[in-house]
Amino acid sequence: MMKFLPHLPEQLVRLLVVFGVLVAGMFFVRSMLPPELKDTSIHIQSTLDREAARPVHYAGSEACADCHEEYTIKKGGYHKNLSCETCHGAAKEHTENPAEVKPNVPRLREFCVRCHTFDPSRPTGFPQINPVVHNPLKPCASCHNPHDPKPPTVPQECQACHAEIARMKAVSRHVLLDCTTCHNAPNGHKISPRVVKASIPTDRDFCGKCHGSGAQMKEAPKIDLTSHGEKYLCWQCHYPHQPGLD
Amino acid sequence: MNNPITEKLYELLKQVGGYIYPNEIEIHWSILVVVYPYITGLVAGAFILASLVKVFNIQEVQSVYRLSLLTALSFLLVAPLPLLLHLGHPDRSFEIFLNPNFSSAMAMFGFVYAWYLMVVLLLEIWFTYRRDIILWAKNERFPMRLIHRTLALFSTDVSEKAVRFDKKVVKGITIIGIPSAFLLHGYVGFIFGSIKANPWWSSVLMPIVFLFSAIVSGIALVILLYMIITPFRKEPIDMKCLDKMASYLFYAVIVDFSLELLDFIHRLYQSEESIKILSELVMSKLFVSLGIIQVLLGMLLPLGVMIAIKLFRFDDELRKLLYFVSVILIQLGIFATRWNVVIGGQMFSKSFRGLTAYKMELTGFEGLFMSLFLLVLPLIILAIMIKILPPWEPEKNVEYLTD
Amino acid sequence: MNRRKFSGKFFTLLFTTTFVGKLLHRRASADTKGYDPSKHYYGMGIQIDKCIGCGRCVEACKEENGVPKEPFFFRTWVERYIIKRNGEVNVRSIDGRISGRDREIEETEILRSFFVPKLCNQCDNPPCVQVCPVGATFKTEDGVILVDEDRCIGCRYCIQACPYGARYLHPEKQTADKCTFCYHRITKGLLPACVEVCPTQARIFGDSKSPASPLTRFKRMNKIHVLKPSLNTDPKVLYSELDGEVR
Repeated sequence: MMKFLPHLPEQLVRLLVVFGVLVAGMFFVRSMLPPELKDTSIHIQSTLDREAARPVHYAGSEACADCHEEYTIKKGGYHKNLSCETCHGAAKEHTENPAEVKPNVPRLREFCVRCHTFDPSRPTGFPQINPVVHNPLKPCASCHNPHDPKPPTVPQECQACHAEIARMKAVSRHVLLDCTTCHNAPNGHKISPRVVKASIPTDRDFCGKCHGSGAQMKEAPKIDLTSHGEKYLCWQCHYPHQPGLD
Repeated sequence: MNNPITEKLYELLKQVGGYIYPNEIEIHWSILVVVYPYITGLVAGAFILASLVKVFNIQEVQSVYRLSLLTALSFLLVAPLPLLLHLGHPDRSFEIFLNPNFSSAMAMFGFVYAWYLMVVLLLEIWFTYRRDIILWAKNERFPMRLIHRTLALFSTDVSEKAVRFDKKVVKGITIIGIPSAFLLHGYVGFIFGSIKANPWWSSVLMPIVFLFSAIVSGIALVILLYMIITPFRKEPIDMKCLDKMASYLFYAVIVDFSLELLDFIHRLYQSEESIKILSELVMSKLFVSLGIIQVLLGMLLPLGVMIAIKLFRFDDELRKLLYFVSVILIQLGIFATRWNVVIGGQMFSKSFRGLTAYKMELTGFEGLFMSLFLLVLPLIILAIMIKILPPWEPEKNVEYLTD
Repeated sequence: MNRRKFSGKFFTLLFTTTFVGKLLHRRASADTKGYDPSKHYYGMGIQIDKCIGCGRCVEACKEENGVPKEPFFFRTWVERYIIKRNGEVNVRSIDGRISGRDREIEETEILRSFFVPKLCNQCDNPPCVQVCPVGATFKTEDGVILVDEDRCIGCRYCIQACPYGARYLHPEKQTADKCTFCYHRITKGLLPACVEVCPTQARIFGDSKSPASPLTRFKRMNKIHVLKPSLNTDPKVLYSELDGEVR
C-alpha cells in the first residue's frame, strides 16, 4: 500500500469514498438508535424488572394462616407438611378477594387417589391403596379428615403403607407368612414410621428356624446352614419377599 | 391454544420411539437450517474454484473464473434468507449486528458475512470487471449504459497502469479470500461442532468436514452450470476446462470421503455412551438419507465414475454424460449430508433413550416449497447477473480481459 | 487539510468513541423495591426417594408461569424409571394426570423403580448463555438464568445447546422459555411454585448465601449428584439418591 500513497489510483479513491459513506452511515444510524437497543445493562435491568413483576398465583402456605388458623394448627398428623395450595390450588386471588373468589375444595375420590393409589415406583412406606377395592365409591373424606388424615382404624396390616412389598409377597412362596413372622413392628411405628422402625432379622439362624436341616416346618426347603452360602446373610442373595424368583 | 402447531405435535407423538425429554418433541432446526449451510457451502466452494485461477494460475479453468465468482455472489445474496425466515423474531434480527454476544459462534455470522460480501466478493468482482464495464458502457444505450457506469462508480480510467493495479488487487483479494471462504463456511461447522450437548454434532472434525463437502458441492455446481449454460450460448464445451475441474472435484471428493470415513471409524472404535442410540438412528431413521443418498449415490458412485474416467479413455461425449450425472448425484449427496447433520442430530433424544421424527411441511415459511424456492432464487439472480456482467466474451466487440 | 488527513482523523475519532463507550458500559443490578440480588445465591435440592410422581409440581408450574397447557412445553417434568431384572430400563414422563399402573410391565419383573423430577439446572457454567447470539439469556447475580423475551430472536441455538432438554420455544411468544426458579416469587421471599405444592418435600429450595438454609442441610446429609457432570455445566440443581441410569 505504501507504494500507492503518493498517488492513489482513481478507482481506489472512488471505492474508498463509497466505503467511507457506508461506514459513516452505519455509525450515524447507530448513534440515532435509542439506548435500550444498544446498552446491555438496560436490557438486563428491564428483564429483571419484568420477571420480578410477573403475577403470583400461589400465595404460599404462610398466607393461609392469617385467616384460617384453625386448619394450620390442627393440620397435624401425616399431612402437616403439605402446603394448603397442594390440594386447594392457587389461592393468591382468594387472599386478595376472600369473599368472592373461593379456592377449590376437592371432594372427589380421584383427587386423593392421584397421590395415594398404588404405584410400584412410589417409595416404600408411602401410604397407598387400591382404589378399586378400598371402600369403592365412598368419598375419602367420609373416613379421613384431610387436615388430619388418621385412618379411622389403625391399619392392621402393613400393606397400607408397604403395598409394593405386600403385593410381591402375595405372589411368592412366602405368601402364607404374616409380615409379623419376620418383622416386629412396635405400635409407635404406625404413628411415626420414620422414627420408630420395625425390626428385621439379624442373623442366618433366623431363617434357619424354618430352613435349617432339622427345622419343623415341613414345606420349607431345607439347606445345611453350615455350608450353604458361605459367610453371607440369607437375604444378601435371596429376596425374602420374593424368594422363588431369585 | 396454538392449534396448528400443537396439532402437528400430537401427530408426532405417535412416531416417537423410546424415551425423549418432553420438550424435545419439536424439531427446532428445520429444512431451512439445512438449506443455509448448503448455500454457504456452494459459495465457499465456487470461490475456491475461482481462486485456483488467480492464486495457482491454473490456466485451463480460466474460462469459468468469472462464472464462479458470479455464482458465489448470487448464492451469497440469498444466504441470509433461510435464516431470516427461520427466526422466531426476524424483526429483531438486527440485534445480531448491534449487540452480538461474542462467545457465540452464531453471532459471528453478521461480521463474517459482511466481511466476505463487502470486502472479498464484491471487491473482487468489481476489480475484475471494472475495465470491461467501462468499455462496454461506451458503446451502449440507456438503461445498460447507466447501469454499467454506476457499477463502475463512474470511473473512467482504463490506462495500462490502472488495469495493472486492478489485477494486483484481484490477486491480493483472492489470497485473503481463501481463508475468508474457509471462515464463512467453517464457522457454520463450528456452530454445530461446539455443541457438547449433542454427540452427533460435537466433534473437532465438524468444521473440516463441512468445509470439504462445501468445496465438493461448489466445484460440482460450477461444473453443472458450465455444462448447462454453454450449450445455451451455442458454444462448444471446453473439454480441457471440464476435465481439469473434474480433477479438482475428484481430489476434493477423496479428501471429503476420507474425512467422513475417519469420523465414522473413530466413533465406532471409541464406542462412547451415545453409540447405541446413534447406531439406531443411522440404521433406522437415517438409513435412506445417509446410507443410500449421502454415501452410496452421493459419494461412492461419483467416486467410482471419476476413477473409471481417469483409468480408461472415454470419448468426449461419454465423459460429458458421466460428469453431468456425477455432479447431480454429488449435489444430492451434499444436500443429504447437511440434512443428516442438522435433522439427524435432532432426531435422537439427549437422554440417549429415544428417537423422534421430523415431519416436513409442504407450505409455510419452513416448508418444502419455500426451501425449493430459496434454492432456485440464486439461479434467477445469477441469470440476471449474467445479463448485466457477462462472464464470457460478450457479443459486443470488446477485448476480453485475460491474464 | 487534504482528503487523506481528514479521513484519517475522522475514522480515529469514530473508533475511539466506540471503544471508550464499551469500556464505560457495566452490568446493573436488579434493585427492584429493596431486593438486593447480591445477597442471594439460589439452588435447589431434589430427594429422589421422596418423590411420589403425583405431578402436582408440573401443574403448579404451568399455572403459576403461564406455560402452555399442551404436553409439549414443560418448564419442569417428572420422569418415571423402571429398571427390570433383565437389565432393561424403561423411562417415561408423567404428564400430570392420575398416574395409573404400567399395565405392560409385570411387577415381578421390576428390580428398581422411582421418579425423577427434572427442570432447568440453572447451571453455573451455562452452555445456553454461551451460545446465545444476541445475549438474550444471561445469568443474574443471584444465580438464576433468565431469558429476555424482548431481545430473543428465536434462533433456538440455546435449545440445541441445553444438554437437559430444559428449554422450549414458546409457541405464541416465539421466544425461548424455561424455568426461572419462579424468579418473581423468590425475589419476594416466596418459594417456587413446584417446591410450594410438593406434598412430600421432594424438592428443597435454598439460598447458599443465607446463614440457615434447608439446602445446606441437604448438602450435608446426602451424597449429592448432578445430571451429566462430564459436560462441566456445573448445575445448581442437586440430586440425592440419583440412580446411575438417570440421564
